[in-house]
Amino acid sequence: MIEYLRNWFWTYVWKPLPDMPFGDWMESFVRWARDAWSVFFTGTEAFLDSIYTGLNASLLFLPSGLMVLIFAAIAWAAKGWKLAATVGIGMFVAAWTPYWDETMDTLSMVVVAALFATALAIPLGILASENRAVSTVMRPVLDFMQTLPGFVYLLPVVMFYGIGVVPGMIATIVFCMPPGVRLTELGLRQVDSEVVEAGQAFGASPAKILARIKLPLALPTIMAGLNQVIMLALSMVVIAGIVGGGGLGSIIVSALSRLEMAQGFNAGLAVVILAIFLDRVMQGLAERTPVARAVELAAR
Amino acid sequence: MSALTVDSLYKVFGKGAQQAVAELEAGVPRDQLSNKKVTAAVIDHTWEITAGETFVVMGLSGSGKSTLIRMLNGLIEPTAGTIQIDGVDLGSLSKRGMRELRRDKVSMVFQHFALLPHRSVLENVAFGLEIRRLNKVDRLERAKEAVELVGLGGEEDKLPVQLSGGMRQRVGLARALAADTEILLMDEAFSALDPLIRQEMQDQLLELQSKLGKTIVFITHDLNEAMKIGDRIAICDGVVKQLGTAEEILMNPADDYVAEFIADVDRSRVLTAEAVMEPYRGSDTSGFATVDHDVLVTELYDQVLSSDDPLLVVDERSDPLGVVTPKGILKSLSPETEHGHPEPEEEAQRA
Repeated sequence: MIEYLRNWFWTYVWKPLPDMPFGDWMESFVRWARDAWSVFFTGTEAFLDSIYTGLNASLLFLPSGLMVLIFAAIAWAAKGWKLAATVGIGMFVAAWTPYWDETMDTLSMVVVAALFATALAIPLGILASENRAVSTVMRPVLDFMQTLPGFVYLLPVVMFYGIGVVPGMIATIVFCMPPGVRLTELGLRQVDSEVVEAGQAFGASPAKILARIKLPLALPTIMAGLNQVIMLALSMVVIAGIVGGGGLGSIIVSALSRLEMAQGFNAGLAVVILAIFLDRVMQGLAERTPVARAVELAAR
Repeated sequence: MSALTVDSLYKVFGKGAQQAVAELEAGVPRDQLSNKKVTAAVIDHTWEITAGETFVVMGLSGSGKSTLIRMLNGLIEPTAGTIQIDGVDLGSLSKRGMRELRRDKVSMVFQHFALLPHRSVLENVAFGLEIRRLNKVDRLERAKEAVELVGLGGEEDKLPVQLSGGMRQRVGLARALAADTEILLMDEAFSALDPLIRQEMQDQLLELQSKLGKTIVFITHDLNEAMKIGDRIAICDGVVKQLGTAEEILMNPADDYVAEFIADVDRSRVLTAEAVMEPYRGSDTSGFATVDHDVLVTELYDQVLSSDDPLLVVDERSDPLGVVTPKGILKSLSPETEHGHPEPEEEAQRA
């Protein structure tokens, strides 16, 4: 019976169908776009590259020992002495590995990619929160962006930009943006409607309501979104090592190909240390937003 | 002078609203409309409020009172009818014009206070002035005055979460007062407060109102509150069931719906000596203590109890109007004797 069905499907469904064309379509689109929009690609490449190079040069300008202290100081300012101690020890370990330069490369990529992703995500989130249609269209696109395996982004990006740091960052920007958009939209939609109504009742324009009421009240949620953006950026930047993204990713890829356990572990450790630093500092900043402070005060 | 005029105002939610209005105009009750998907919230409201009056709109939930108050400052657009504020028709205003009206003429106090949690009391109170682009020094100064006015002096730098419910609503009130608009809309402003705090706020509002003389539209579902605060009261259930002073409504409820409402009202806090007095058929009133005709019944108890004689009710020129007796007071405090079935004895007295 099963055999009969299998034959039936083969004869009447699968055999008459042509080869699955979606992948080919995508490929021809990418090839077409590469030529049609070449100005755009060279422009973004030069732009991202110059920002990355600038940031990277300044992070590597000072000796690593001094940078460890600076990172600890940032942690202190963002949260307090406990985090400063944790970050200080962590960064010291990272500087102790032979991969301090690569760690700074990775950090530069994460920061640049997360900045661009945020600059795109927040306006998109605002748009989606104000407009149902935009939100409805955007939701499946974001789902798609987020669920597509990170590796798959690398293909078109490499076709557009070749290999190197910039394609790694572009793939990262696309991959890490969705939670930024989503949580911005969510945060804005969750703002107490009576408070928004109060803004209207006192004659505030929609722009003022957004700037003075909705955004400040949504800020803790938006910050949580940015935290996720940064964490996703870090994971993607490591994957981007496959396409010559440099940094810790490249170390890990080469360790994998040569089965160098020690090398892989050291580089992996540096990634974890970066993750702790970025996550906790962002958390500290989120706790400092005025609304988060008010909530904390209420809980006392 | 009329500060706010509402003429044949309708609000129907849902598709087919216009047709529903036509049916309502023809006299179809709102639960028998042919289109079941529409909701008629406000039906044929026509009334005027004079400047300086406190007008209370009273109704249960679903009576359209929140919709009504939001139409008065243009947050909700009417389906039919007109609203005029100071002679300006709200329907004729552009979006910008509407915002200017809200900035300059109408402010609002909200049920759940609607304060900005991340701003201090003073900054919250200054919000309306900030929207009006008043410079920072002036707006904080005026906000400070408003904060003092509602009795929150010294709390300026606290955040709303650090205040009790009653204090938070004072901030809401101060914010509306600081905007210095003629009209004040109060949407269930005291409904979220504890009973004691609520009475305190009502007293404070009455006191402020005697000083400031704003035009207030106050929404509530509590008839005792309505009767305490309102110069006039509109009892609503989609349509206006009855509109009048507290005493008019108590003495002459328009229909069973209203009568049912007023059954629970503490009448002694609404009725005055004049409303409970009886004609005096004797001739010698020389030994009687006198009371003014507009004193509330609650304030008569001590005097009535301390004297065996009735109290003599007099008007502004000290002319006698009638007498108050313990029996007369008891009779008027029970609603049944007032409407529908007068007692034989009362009939006899009238004759």
